[in-house]
Amino acid sequence: MNDATLLLQLAVAAPLAGGLILAFGNFIPKRLCKLIAFVGFLVPLLVALHLWWGYAAAPKTSGYAFLSVTDLGLSRALGIALKLGLNGISLPLFVMAAIVGFAAGLVALQSGAERLKLYLMLLLVMHGGLMGVFASVDIFFFYFFHEFALIPTFLLVGLWGGRDRVYAAMKMTIYLTAGAMLSLAGLIALYAKSNAASFDLINLRLALAGDGALLASLQHNLFGLLLFGFGILVSLWPFHSWAPLGYGAAPTSVSMLHAGVLKKFGLYGLVQIALPLLPLGAQDWVLWIVWLALGNIIVIGLVTMAQRDLKQMVGFGSVMHVGYGFLGVACLSTLGAGGAVLFMVAHGFSVALLFLLTAQIHQRVGTFDMAQMGGLVKRAPVLAAFFSAAMLASIGLPGFAGFWGELTIFLALWQLSHLYTALAMLGLVISAVYGLRAVAKVFFGEPTPNHVSYATANPTADLDWAARIPALVLLAALFFIGFWPKALTAPLNETLTAPSSSALATAVPAVDATVNIVARP
Amino acid sequence: MTPEIKALHDIAVSNYWPALAPEIGLGVVALALLALELLLPKRQLATVIPRVAILGFVAALAWTLRDWSAVWLGHELFGGLVRQTTDSQIMRVFFLVASLLVSFIATIVLPKQKAPRVEFFHVLLVATGALMLLAQSNHFVLLFVALETVTVAFYILVSYFRASPLSLEAGLKYLVMGSLSSALLLFGIVLLYGIAGNPLLAGHTAQSMNFAALGEFLRHNPDEPLALVGAALVLSGIAFKIGAVPFQIWVPDVYQGAPTPVTAFLAVSSKAAGFALLLILVRGPFLPLAQVTLPLLSIFAALSLLFGNLAALPQRNVKRLMGLSGVSHAGFLLVGVVASIARTDAVSWAPAAVYFYLFTYLLGAMAVFGVMAHVAGDADADQDFRHYAGLARKSPLLGAVLACGIGSLAGIPPLAGFIGKLLIFVAAFHARLWILLGVAIVAVVVSIYYYFGWMRAAFYEEAPPSPERAAVVPLHLGVAASLTLVSLALATVLLGVYQGPFGQWIATR
Repeated sequence: MNDATLLLQLAVAAPLAGGLILAFGNFIPKRLCKLIAFVGFLVPLLVALHLWWGYAAAPKTSGYAFLSVTDLGLSRALGIALKLGLNGISLPLFVMAAIVGFAAGLVALQSGAERLKLYLMLLLVMHGGLMGVFASVDIFFFYFFHEFALIPTFLLVGLWGGRDRVYAAMKMTIYLTAGAMLSLAGLIALYAKSNAASFDLINLRLALAGDGALLASLQHNLFGLLLFGFGILVSLWPFHSWAPLGYGAAPTSVSMLHAGVLKKFGLYGLVQIALPLLPLGAQDWVLWIVWLALGNIIVIGLVTMAQRDLKQMVGFGSVMHVGYGFLGVACLSTLGAGGAVLFMVAHGFSVALLFLLTAQIHQRVGTFDMAQMGGLVKRAPVLAAFFSAAMLASIGLPGFAGFWGELTIFLALWQLSHLYTALAMLGLVISAVYGLRAVAKVFFGEPTPNHVSYATANPTADLDWAARIPALVLLAALFFIGFWPKALTAPLNETLTAPSSSALATAVPAVDATVNIVARP
Repeated sequence: MTPEIKALHDIAVSNYWPALAPEIGLGVVALALLALELLLPKRQLATVIPRVAILGFVAALAWTLRDWSAVWLGHELFGGLVRQTTDSQIMRVFFLVASLLVSFIATIVLPKQKAPRVEFFHVLLVATGALMLLAQSNHFVLLFVALETVTVAFYILVSYFRASPLSLEAGLKYLVMGSLSSALLLFGIVLLYGIAGNPLLAGHTAQSMNFAALGEFLRHNPDEPLALVGAALVLSGIAFKIGAVPFQIWVPDVYQGAPTPVTAFLAVSSKAAGFALLLILVRGPFLPLAQVTLPLLSIFAALSLLFGNLAALPQRNVKRLMGLSGVSHAGFLLVGVVASIARTDAVSWAPAAVYFYLFTYLLGAMAVFGVMAHVAGDADADQDFRHYAGLARKSPLLGAVLACGIGSLAGIPPLAGFIGKLLIFVAAFHARLWILLGVAIVAVVVSIYYYFGWMRAAFYEEAPPSPERAAVVPLHLGVAASLTLVSLALATVLLGVYQGPFGQWIATR
């Protein structure tokens, strides 16, 4: 136990503690509540950046740095203990969650929502859970922290949401529970079958390595359970319908956290847990993953192109892009898995940024209907610049983080099949079409009469600092990783090619050499 | 000394009364209540009686905890009628805590209905004592006498609101169904008694009501048809008490008609008593009969999970909803019971998982019933989703407690109900109950709809304009009521995150 492990615990505990204090918000003045919430969002960010900086030099056990174990009672009975730590796969996502959470928190603090204390409290609980998801080494707590978000999401969407909020809240909750229960069944099965008598991922890896590996048929079934359980949570086609509906209805900061961070839970689970522990099972499901992921990219891509509503379009776009992450997983190679993680980080930033800016556009034109927008660039040039940059980032242009994720995934996919790569590339064209068209419709052309009348009634100027700071934070993160991907790929590479996760390396040993592309841009 | 006198002497020696001090104490307090009614001026009855009853429960609880690991645990007392174990100690504490909370709910509901206090608390005290005896019975005679005491108490309590036709109807239904289940149980006991006393069979015994002797006999004759029929009938009788399908037919009507504190008592204590009995029987004397008990209980479990949840989907009356969701909880608990006998070597801690689940159900259900007691208007049987509209805005505290209670019942982390379900699931995995597990997972997903539908009513919908309903919800709860509800809610959160000694105890099983 040293300072760094304490800091990691603090990053998870701070938002939760903030949420707990705000639960008694009736006795606390509003300004103090806001301050507490701000601290709750800021602490994880500072800790995450600090740990990121110190990760390379930190001593590691079984590939994990900053390990700490706390027994909460079920350690002897079920091998469940709160074990926190970071490896190269979880570190990038942990940092991403902290940054996006901070940005979402800033947006929430400025939102002026009704019953702000309750809003902030629920958001803090959700954020604390997210930090816990990526910091957990114990797969039980990995699941447990994810479910922290379930009740807050239900209340946040239902109470502060927009159109169809009640329907969206119910639908989201039922879908998310279905996915969660399937993945819970998969995780318990993994625990029960492994004979590790522990939910600790390190112990599970040891128990399932070499002779301890599960039978191929069992691996097949378990991977299927995890794939579809996690798949529902990540809005894998055709289980995606909750996502655009929910994001369309949810308030901005919830959309940012949910689409940006929470949804990465399932993909992260596949990369961190399912792939290394069930390599034989994964091979059986490759075709399933590829075709469903292509369903995400092409079918949902076309649906996205058909959207007239800007927020729905961003929501569908986020569902569409998730397909790339699954393709990365389907490659079963170090390169593919690394690409999937890089992609998740980039996707988290860009989707959160798009949702933030979409809300800003709505403030200025009073509608999400793109047919009624136009010419906004004259009133809000900075907003236009931000939005265009965010769209380009989400398409995956070089210079942004998304480029490296998509590039590595395509490279890995090329080894699997040229046809799939070609089909996946179609997605780039599709997202370019709807992305650029959205930019053109919203910002260029002549203002519609409806727009002009709304603008005279609500003369909002360009992007103000309250919105500009969180947007800048997200955009800076996208740029930084776009120009210096090694900050993420160095730890990622170290973990993925370590002998302890040999499952991937042995599955496709030839790819090891190409990892250097990721490591040295 | 003749053999007869020696036998009597042995029984007399085993009569160790201090072991039953809490139960006796409850009986004394129950009688004292009747005396107090005569002595006290009428004005003071309403306040004094509940306090005396609650003090009685607290004292009994303290006494039970004092003797938590007494030396006589595991030994037969009272000539084999009573056998206290760690499990029975847990259930005694459970019943006392549950009755304390039922008393709390009663102090809110009874004044609203202007119902008399003395009889209610008197019957509650007697029923609690009988429940505690039930959990330590080691003999079919004590089992039946204790169970009938509980059942007769419930006949009175269910129809306690004499002015309400629904309450009377519920009482009648419970009487008919309860008698039927008692008859089934008794018939099963008689069959077992008769066959075990047959001198032609190996291992026959003169003490065939005693669980140990009966178990010994059944070990020698696991395929005896009469014994199998007897065991199946006994289990069916108990299935009535816990409201497992196909014996759930009385549940919605009785839960709706009964006064809210009695519904809580039925839902929590009566169900828990059934499971305590089930665990004593199927892991004790009936263990050799696994070929019958296992498929029978598995079918009960699967049907309860499916029926309870599907029937609850369209429900909008919250008391019926609690009844039907209680059926599905009985299903989850039955999965735990089945796991405890399917492979006794693989999951020795499965009974502990059932007890843990019962405690989480106690916390979650009592929190919800506590809120229901506050929201209920003049018509106790008419508690509907629409009465919850705007609750969270009018009283954030009740809204928060309701959210914690419902979330725990639905089994959502980080609330206690999730850990309960997790333990049951893991036990079922170790016991290889794949089908039951699949059904249970579907059940959890289905249950989200009605649990969150209730939350939707409380949090999203606006209060109806009609003034008379809106006035029912008090904006300021009493200090004691607020503290009790908040501590219930905090307990569900705390137990969901930190299991501490509970987890250690499971590990030692």
